[in-house]
Amino acid sequence: MFKQAQWSEPVIFNLGKTGRVGYTLPEVEEEVKNSVGSLNRLIPESLQRRNAPALPELSEPEVVRHFIRLSQMNYGVDSGIYPLGSCTMKYNPKINELLANLPKLGMLHPYQDESTVQGILEILYWLERWLAEITGTAEVCLQPAAGAHGEFLGACIIRAYHKLNGESEKRRDIIIPNSAHGTNPASAAMAGFNVVVVPSDNDGCIDLDALKAAVSNRTAGLMLTNPNTLGVFEENIEEIAKIIHEVGGLLYYDGANLNPILCKARPGDMGFDIVHINIHKTFSTPHGGGGPGAGPVGVTQELAKFLPVPRIVFDGKYYRLDYDRPYSIGKIRCFYGNIAVLLRAYAYILILGQEGLREAAEVSVLNANYVMRKLKEIEGLTLPYGEKPRKHECVFSSKPLKDKTGVSALNIAKRLLDYGIHSPTIYFPLIVEEALMIEPTETVEKEELDRFIEAMRKICREAQENPEQVLKAPYNTAIQRLDEAKASHPQTMILSWRMYRKRQSIKNL
Amino acid sequence: MDTPNLIEKFIRYLIVILDGVGFLNVRSHSYIPNSSLEIKQELMREIGVESIEELYADIPEKYLLKKPLSLPSSMSEFNVKKHVEALLSKNKTCDDMPIFLGAGCWPHYVPAAVKEIIQRSEFLTSYTPYQPEISQGMLQALFEYQSMICELTAMDVANCSMYDWASALGEAARMASRVTRRSKILIPKIIHPERKATLQTYTEPAGIGIEEVSYNPETGQLSLKDLESKISDNVAAVYVENPSYLGFIEENVDEIGGLAHRHGSLFIVGVDPTSLGVFKPPGEYGADIVVGEAQPLGNPMNFGGPLLGVFACRDDLKLIRQMPGRIIGLTTTIDGGRQGFCMTLQIREQHIRREKATSNICSNEALCAVASAVYMALLGPNGLRRLSEAIMYKANYAMNLLSRINGLKTPVFKSVHFKEFTVNFDGASLSVKEVNERLLSMGVHGGKDVSKEFPELGQTALYCVTEIHSKESIELLAELLEKIVNRGEGGV
Repeated sequence: MFKQAQWSEPVIFNLGKTGRVGYTLPEVEEEVKNSVGSLNRLIPESLQRRNAPALPELSEPEVVRHFIRLSQMNYGVDSGIYPLGSCTMKYNPKINELLANLPKLGMLHPYQDESTVQGILEILYWLERWLAEITGTAEVCLQPAAGAHGEFLGACIIRAYHKLNGESEKRRDIIIPNSAHGTNPASAAMAGFNVVVVPSDNDGCIDLDALKAAVSNRTAGLMLTNPNTLGVFEENIEEIAKIIHEVGGLLYYDGANLNPILCKARPGDMGFDIVHINIHKTFSTPHGGGGPGAGPVGVTQELAKFLPVPRIVFDGKYYRLDYDRPYSIGKIRCFYGNIAVLLRAYAYILILGQEGLREAAEVSVLNANYVMRKLKEIEGLTLPYGEKPRKHECVFSSKPLKDKTGVSALNIAKRLLDYGIHSPTIYFPLIVEEALMIEPTETVEKEELDRFIEAMRKICREAQENPEQVLKAPYNTAIQRLDEAKASHPQTMILSWRMYRKRQSIKNL
Repeated sequence: MDTPNLIEKFIRYLIVILDGVGFLNVRSHSYIPNSSLEIKQELMREIGVESIEELYADIPEKYLLKKPLSLPSSMSEFNVKKHVEALLSKNKTCDDMPIFLGAGCWPHYVPAAVKEIIQRSEFLTSYTPYQPEISQGMLQALFEYQSMICELTAMDVANCSMYDWASALGEAARMASRVTRRSKILIPKIIHPERKATLQTYTEPAGIGIEEVSYNPETGQLSLKDLESKISDNVAAVYVENPSYLGFIEENVDEIGGLAHRHGSLFIVGVDPTSLGVFKPPGEYGADIVVGEAQPLGNPMNFGGPLLGVFACRDDLKLIRQMPGRIIGLTTTIDGGRQGFCMTLQIREQHIRREKATSNICSNEALCAVASAVYMALLGPNGLRRLSEAIMYKANYAMNLLSRINGLKTPVFKSVHFKEFTVNFDGASLSVKEVNERLLSMGVHGGKDVSKEFPELGQTALYCVTEIHSKESIELLAELLEKIVNRGEGGV
């Protein structure tokens, strides 16, 4: 049975003793100090820090033990199956870590002379070429730090395109299906667009009649995930692209679900004008508890002029950073992107190669359909939106189970943790009640898939026989169910140790 | 079943047998456990399909790739390692030569303990802590990061990271506009051009205008007179950077903040947190929102990314409810028995609020935040002070040495400088480009050329010195610059 470490590890501010240190800093030579003189004389009194920051005082072993204990109360891809739908939690190859941590990258400054950074520019240039080839786009920009950052860039490009055509005032609508990731409407809104939501049809695909009714000369573009968040391929993509292009809109591809079609089919060929790629999903880089990721954006030749500066250019001999792009939307961040993440993707593509990437896509689909087939047999779960094969993920509804036993998707998710299995994505997509969105990825062996399926079977049985047991789960994790309402309530929320101290002192008055 | 199908089935069966005895060179891939033909056949049997292609049957035929793409073929791990190392060895890094570049990404020492902890795969390979019970480690580490950033900046609330300083500034401007329902941001003329460009990208779609406030040509300090003339009841926020982009300390922060507040505007301050061991934190001079770059706290430069955007604000619900990004909070178990951590105020975020969210940010720089938490914990209050002191001593030492060279003007502004400072070459009739080329030929990398960014400053470069620059490398720089300026050896 799985049993996560349960350290009663204090908040770091409650550890240590006055005077302890965990560092040695490079020496400052006496001559340097003497030459500069007293810093207190240098810094105007009104600008001097009077109170030292109230940081903990710890030795190195204490700091290391504290964080190692914390790490033992965390679950990653290396701990076991992590079937979090839409997040593509695939294995993160160790060689990529080794390469990304080389000082030859770490100690490289972004503003160094081009002659001293030819190696890294070569890596980035070719990564751009490969990603363009994989997505079927003309040019790729590596700069976005995350998928949502790529979406924002994409939406800014849509804006710039219509502006150049003198239509930015008119084209204010971005169309988004109701099954879309939350980032799509949020990104469109950030770029100043109105969001027009279109419903899905009985197959879970975009409703063509509704789409036709939604488009107009106000349409700036459509944001679409394909395969969509149900794991279903939008079969009518050709027609969808036609509808959008005919009214003068652009087609945006949310690359969160690119994994199952890697080297099988390309968004660019399907008519998408702008594509983002989640490097931390499809290209195996670690999620790091939320980031850093990378969200490169590929575009058609026509839109390439809008990409952020600088562009990496190659004349056959020498790599350069080109800032001379008058139509560029400018910058969405400093420098050139999350380079250490991108380097991992470069190594991943080389190791798998074209054949390996296709294999990854196919096995991810095989695994998802196997899980789907097996879970369909379980009483209490239904598979909404038809029986068509899924791609990388499948979405079940546990509504029947909830109606009968009171055990919700959330409860199933929590009970799975007791098996040492990370839960699927729950309550998403919004068009499925009590949704369990399951993406096994290609890096899980059949035995582990079977363990997951068996755990689901047992939990659904337990829900019928002993629902109380499921409702109070988890038991084997570092901590039991948390009061999340309390955590967000204005009267009780504690968002930092400073706020905690403040609340305690008020309490003690 | 018709005959062709039977034949096909037989052929597939044969392939599996031959593959099983190693007769066929069909590789099962090391990252893909189910890639052997036998397992694939088993899975297909369970699914009820004859081939994987059936699972792709809903993709219109015309879109299925028929020809190979122009991509590399698979390489062994050994060869990929050799290949990438060979490419990286073409680079020259701070380890190969003294480099005096900063400007938003700074060379600092990253202690070995930091590297060790962020390579713990339970941290490294986890996702956003959506399931708090199994993710307490990451949640607590991020809460501690937020808390330590609050201590450093003297603010009450921090989120668990933005992409970088520039995007954090963009979000701060949008937040200020939402909070005040106003549509203009005042920024200093002396600002990192990439931060300014990012701010423009973030604010333009929201209809927020940006106006620059000029500076005193002698000191570089923000002109209070110009600020007074530009501030109005439509200004959502006044933004300053401390230290400024060109390295000097903005001294009139009390007045600037006061002026902003008198007009009902928010006061946003951008910081390099390594300065806060000796300089007054923005929370003590009235900042409502603090942004900044925490890459220097435990993260390598990595050619400019990943970085770590700081975002903090005061304990004020009006502000907190409009914050972008993930915030981790301290709570208890439902029975109240134990303390624990979870994501809070998710109602602000895109997965709940969709187009009405405060920001679209989802993936952030969490692992870099953990690195910074470890770094701050190792240094503690004394270490941070000593770090700030070491940087300031060395940078000022370099500034003093360079200021003695005839023909150089350094710093351009008469103000206190922290870790970066300007060097002007007009007196030597040299361009920054020429100087940097000659320096590089002698094995030293000069400062960033800012002459195009601020033409009014002439041929000026921005130099950066941190705790990792040795006295010898600083003296070497001075020696070489002297030679170049006085057309000595190494000159033309």
